[in-house]
Order: sequence, then C-alpha cells, then structure tokens
Amino acid sequence: MSEQFEPVIVGFLCNWCSYRAADLAGTARIHYAPNMRPIRVMCSGRIDPQFVLKALREGADGVMIAGCHPGECHYVSGNIKALRRFILLKAMLRQFGVEEARVQLVWASASEGIILAAKVNKMTEEIRALGPLNWQETVLGGNNGYKVAQAALVPEEV
Amino acid sequence: MSEEQKHPEQNERVGVYICHCGTNIANVVDVEDVAEWAGKQPNVEIAREYKFMCSSLGQDLIEEDIREKGLTRVVVSSCSPHMHEKTFRTACERGGLNPFLFEMANIREHDSWITNDKVAATQKAKALTNAAIERVVHHQPLEQLPVEINPNTLVVGGGIAGITAALELANGGHHVYLVEREPSIGGHMAQLDKTFPTLDCSACILTPKMVDAGQHPNITLLTWSEVEKVDGYIGNFTVSVRKKARYINEDHCTGCGICIEKCPFKVIDDVFEVGMGERKVVYRPFPQAVPKFPVIDKENCVYFQRGKCKACQIFCPTEPNSIDFEQEDEILSISVGNIILATGFQLFDTAKIPQYGYGRLPNVFTSLEFERMVNASGPTDGKIVLRDKQTEPKTVAIIHCVGSRDENYHKYCSKICCMYSLKFAHLVHERIPDADVYNCYIDMRTPGKGYEEFYHRLLEEGTHFIRGKVAEVTNAARIPEEKGKLIVQVEDTLIGRQRRIPVDMVLLSPAMEAQPDSKEISQLFKMGCDFDGFFTERHPKLDPVATMTEGIFIAGACQGPKDVPDSVAQGAAASARVAGLINIGTVMMEPVRASINQDDCSGCRICNNMCPYNAIIFHEDRHVSEVITALCQGCGTCVAACPSGIISGAHFTNIQLLSQIEGILWDVRPAKEKVPA
Repeated sequence: MSEQFEPVIVGFLCNWCSYRAADLAGTARIHYAPNMRPIRVMCSGRIDPQFVLKALREGADGVMIAGCHPGECHYVSGNIKALRRFILLKAMLRQFGVEEARVQLVWASASEGIILAAKVNKMTEEIRALGPLNWQETVLGGNNGYKVAQAALVPEEV
Repeated sequence: MSEEQKHPEQNERVGVYICHCGTNIANVVDVEDVAEWAGKQPNVEIAREYKFMCSSLGQDLIEEDIREKGLTRVVVSSCSPHMHEKTFRTACERGGLNPFLFEMANIREHDSWITNDKVAATQKAKALTNAAIERVVHHQPLEQLPVEINPNTLVVGGGIAGITAALELANGGHHVYLVEREPSIGGHMAQLDKTFPTLDCSACILTPKMVDAGQHPNITLLTWSEVEKVDGYIGNFTVSVRKKARYINEDHCTGCGICIEKCPFKVIDDVFEVGMGERKVVYRPFPQAVPKFPVIDKENCVYFQRGKCKACQIFCPTEPNSIDFEQEDEILSISVGNIILATGFQLFDTAKIPQYGYGRLPNVFTSLEFERMVNASGPTDGKIVLRDKQTEPKTVAIIHCVGSRDENYHKYCSKICCMYSLKFAHLVHERIPDADVYNCYIDMRTPGKGYEEFYHRLLEEGTHFIRGKVAEVTNAARIPEEKGKLIVQVEDTLIGRQRRIPVDMVLLSPAMEAQPDSKEISQLFKMGCDFDGFFTERHPKLDPVATMTEGIFIAGACQGPKDVPDSVAQGAAASARVAGLINIGTVMMEPVRASINQDDCSGCRICNNMCPYNAIIFHEDRHVSEVITALCQGCGTCVAACPSGIISGAHFTNIQLLSQIEGILWDVRPAKEKVPA
C-alpha cells in the first residue's frame, strides 16, 4: 500500500434511486473508489443535518448525500427538502472552516450506476487533494484533549 | 448523546454471518478475517462465514443459531438488501426471531464488485458489517401492516399491451377501468398494415380484441380521457380521470356515422393518418374504432368557432338527439387497488436529423407514413406512391437506425426497426415486383421466433442489403443518372467503398422513444423512469413488469422498445401479478412509518407542511400533531425536520442511524470513543 491518503467518505443513499444506482454499479462491475461507505435511508429527505455533522465528527473526511433527481423523488419532494437543508448546512460548514468539497449532494437515478461511480471517484480525488479533515483541530481549534485519529494510517492497521 | 443512551442493549446477542457468495465476495474480501474480527466486537455472540448464506443450508445456520445460541439479533453481510433482505428476514422468523431484528450489510454490490483492492475491500466490509452490528442492537421488533386490496384495477393506455392486460383481468372476473387518451383504443397497432414476420393483417388480429374489450361486462372503457391525479397506495388508490367532452351523448348515440358523413369540413389527420390523409371535424379515428362514438374536434369545428353550422345535430337521426354542444369535461373519481401503465411510445422525430431530409425532401417518408400508405384503408388505398400521390417508385431505400444506436440521439437499439424495415422491403417487392429495394443497416438484428427466417426470405426476394450508416440523403445530382432522384450517400462497409445510390423514395426507420410526457406520467404515479423516459422496472431480469412502487405495474413499450408479442406478453404478465394480489386480498406493508410522541410534541407544526402525503394532522384542542399511519409512506422527512426530535421513524430511528454512523467509522473514530476490540 502506498503512502497515498485514502479519505473515508460516508454516503447517505436513498433507498429508491441512489442506493439502487450503487447496486447497479456493482452489478455492472464498474470499478470505482471503495472510499465511500454507504448508509441506506428511505429518502434523502430523511437525512438530518446532524447525521452529516456526526459523521464528520466521528472521523469521516467527507459526506456524500445522494438522492433521486429533482422531480423524480419516490416520495414526491423529499429530495427538494434535502436540497434545502443541504444549502443551510453548507453555509454552516463554511463558517466551521470545512471545505465545500467535503460535503456534497448528488443526484443519481436507479439507472445511473455509472454516474454515481464517477461522482464517488471525483469526490474521493477532491478530498484526497484536501487531505484529512481532522475535525477536532479544524472545527474545535485544537485537539481538545483528544488524540486525533490518523486516517492515513488505517490501511496499515489491517 | 450520553454513554448511557448509546449502549442500552449491551446484553444483545448478535449473530454475524459473512457470505462468500461463491467467489463473488470471497475473491476480493478476506471473509475469514472479517468474520474473525466481527466475532470480537461487542454484543457479538457468534460470527461465521459461509459459502452461500442464501442457500437453504445458510439459512438453516441462522435458524439453528437463533434457537441454540439464543441470538436476539442477526446481521448478514452479503449482497444488496434489495436482493435477499426478505430471504433472511424469513429465516429469522422461522427461527423464532422478529424479522425486523435483522440487518443486512451489502459487501457485494457496494464492495467486492467495485474494486480489486483486497485490503481496501476487506476494510470496507468490516466497516459495513460493524455499522450493521451497531445498528441492529437498537432495532425494535415491528409488525408488518396488513392492507386490503381493492379488487378493481386501472389500466392506463389502450394499445395492445393495455388491451391485453385489461382483457386478462376481466376474463378472470375482475373489474377493470381502461383509460385511453385518444377517442379509440387500439394504439399504434391499429395504424400498422402488416405485422412481422407472419405478415398477418394488423387490424384483423387487433380489432377482435378491441371489440372484446369494448363489450366486456367487466371493463369500463374510458376513452378520450386522461388521468389527472393519483392518491393513495397499493390496495387503495383513488384516481381522478378527466373524461374530455366528446360533444356526443354516449347514451343515445348509435354510432351510425351520419354526422361524420354530413359534416362539411375536413382537416388533416395528424394523429391516425400521421398527416397523410384527412378526416372530418366530427370523426372516428378509423372505421373499426372502439367505442363507436365519434368525437367533435372543438378546435376546428365551425359551430364552436363561429357559432354556425350544426349540420351534425340537424342530421343526427337518434331520438333524443345525440349531439350535445353543451357537454363539458367530466372528472371521475375511481377507486382501484392496482394500476397497470401501458402508455406506449412515440416515434423519433426524423426532422431532427436534417441530413436525411425529412420535411425538406418530399419523397422521404417515415415508417408510420409508409404503414398508412400500404394499408388498404389508408390515404392512398394501399398504393405505394410518391408525395404526388400518383407516381410509383421504382427504387426505394430504407434507412435503419434513424435516431437509435446514435450517440447524438438515442444510444439504445430500438429493437423492432430491423424487422419492420425488412417487412417494408417485402411489401415493396410484393406491390411493385420490378422495384429495387436497398436496406441500409448498421447491423441486422433479428432475434425472435421466425425473425431470422424472415430476413433470409428477404435475401432471396432480392433486396439489396448495404451494411453502413447512411451519411446523407440529398437531391443534388452529380451525374445525369442522379437527376431528379434522391441520392443516398452511404459507405458500404462490406466492400469498403462510398456509394451514391439514386432512388425515388426513401423510408426512414425511426427509433421508438418514450412518450413526450413520460416524465410527468412517472411523477403522477410516483414511480421511476430512466434517462430516456422509459419506465423503470423493479428488476431488469426478474421483475420486468413491476415497478419500485407497490401496486403499480408497467407493460409494453412504455418500459422500452418492444414489438407486439413482447407487449402482449408483458400485458398478460402484469395482469397476472395484479390478479395474484387480488386473490390474496391483503398485502403486508413495511412498517416503516413515522409516529409523533404525543406527550412531547410542542405543536410547532413544522412537520405539517413537510409531509408530501398530508399524513400529519394537527389537533387544535391538544395542540399537538399526529401522523395518520395509513397515509404515511415512511419517507422520514418529518423525522429529520422535527426540531424537538420527537418524531420517530420506525426502523430508521435517529439512534439506529447514529449508531450506524459510528459503526461505519470504526477505524477512523477519535481514539477516545474507540471501542476496545
């Protein structure tokens, strides 16, 4: 394993479109960065901004929120609500000093495995360029008495 | 969140099963390592790896462990929950465990199939498995919700797929509402002349079915009607249908056709005759139309536009008179348990490819124009003639793949065009025996019973086959022989040479594409459609007529390009699925539903407007909001929106998801909270 930093991205995928897009990417054997770890929710509208903050605080270097395309939500308009919350959350994260690329909202329909894969790849590269998030230092301004996890060391531990 | 809240279920006994899926997972993920590691996680009673967890032996393993080791929770790391969640839930249930005390981690589609990096894949498998372990301890036993199925069914679209679906259900004794937006059922098949490869007369095989559907006591035919609104869910849909005014009283009209005969005005028929012929202003699209009642075309009717004429009313022989200029659109509300969508297709607009000259060069025709032309009841009485309606062409070029298999338009193969292009070649040979026919194709695709044989028949009939995509159709002659002709410029890839073929007539074989409003239709029925606008099936191989939305099925070309036998098969398949549901009478629904803690609700009403189903009501007296479980679909938007955090989304509760987040980040979490292995 090289010294390359491997970011950990938590993906919140909606059950109907993006989770199935990820399923399809796998079924079609599209190879993409394994850095995104998916969590299934019924709808992107279920994603409480605190989930995103929780993931970042718990050591994720980025969070991907993925839903159905606007107008294609299985629950009529949950993705639009996700978009609204995302815009507010972004404004907050900016004030925290968290780079914009770390939390991204993407649309992928159930047939767009290849698109989802490409977006995961792109996001992984962008965060790799940014380096680890180190929430404790970036956001709390100091290690706050906690030992900061070294994400880059993880693969060697295996 | 306090420590106390975080691990209230320290005493859960979790069984973890890592599936090899043959070599699908085990080739990339070190399954032994993951299982061994999982066995050391808190709450885990036993962790095993097994070749195929979905096999009956794999399921037995779960059942035995529940009984013998007293498991209270089960995690299976294998494929997508969309594949086998149900399988394992049932296994848990057989073992005596509530099926919702189970969680699945997807280490195949989301892990082993997307990378060759064994280290990273194993790490990710541990993360996903751990997320499931940490989540599952917070699971609560849930009961599925039974929903009764209304035995009536709505079929949208009266083409061959919709007619078949409606007839199959009606013959089985179930009531069907068949909605069609044109004045008659029949769809595209009614416009065709012959069907490949048998060369059956299309109308002759279709019209008996149309008549059956029109007369069936179990079918309510709603033509000249469109669905406007769909509410509810499987078993209990309420559908609003706009029955457009025909200006004909259907109770009195005998369908004698005298009004059509007497109407003094004609317009170009853009729909049924695709602009090739004319129709009266009061019209039936074609003689065998079902129902027999005509429609007055308000836009073009002189009475509606200028207040004079009424010829139809004057000559109508019925008593009382059937012509009703005062008629208005009617909104019908119908209750159904299931819906079958068979909304069909449209043809690619060939004018979008200017180099083929459609619309600019008069003797370039589309496939549907040619279908009408060769039809004995069509605008030229079945004679193949140029736009001048008299000259018989001596050379005809047929261009395949117009708008399909083309990066600029549709990438997909439209499936039926090779076959109907061959049919056209045959019809030209039959009607004009000395004509030369050139079929310019990219690849000849003739899979299907009797299809390849039909191609061979055409080879013997003397059709010229040129393998190459046509670059251009032009009337710019370079040599005297080309003068007055259409010149087809094509690279014949089999001889490696550019050719210019002068012809009298060019037929374009356009792609089948989704209806222009398919996106709106999919939203109306709250189901998915793909980028091309075709409706998305639940599973492309194993569930081609169901959709992601329970109770909504699809059939025919609205799902993708399809010929008549495939559409018929899908229509019948969809109706079989619906009949099955009707016979069972009730379905079990996922108990993923929101509920509001009535004691803690502050009555802020933020959630009230969030709900897309209006499932949240506000009690003015108690000043609290409440979710009506029957209406809730479980999206969880209100759960995320509640500022007090007192709305709970069953099976997707905050604590379940937060624990899952912690679990998925087991290897990168700040050291303080790292759970000792």
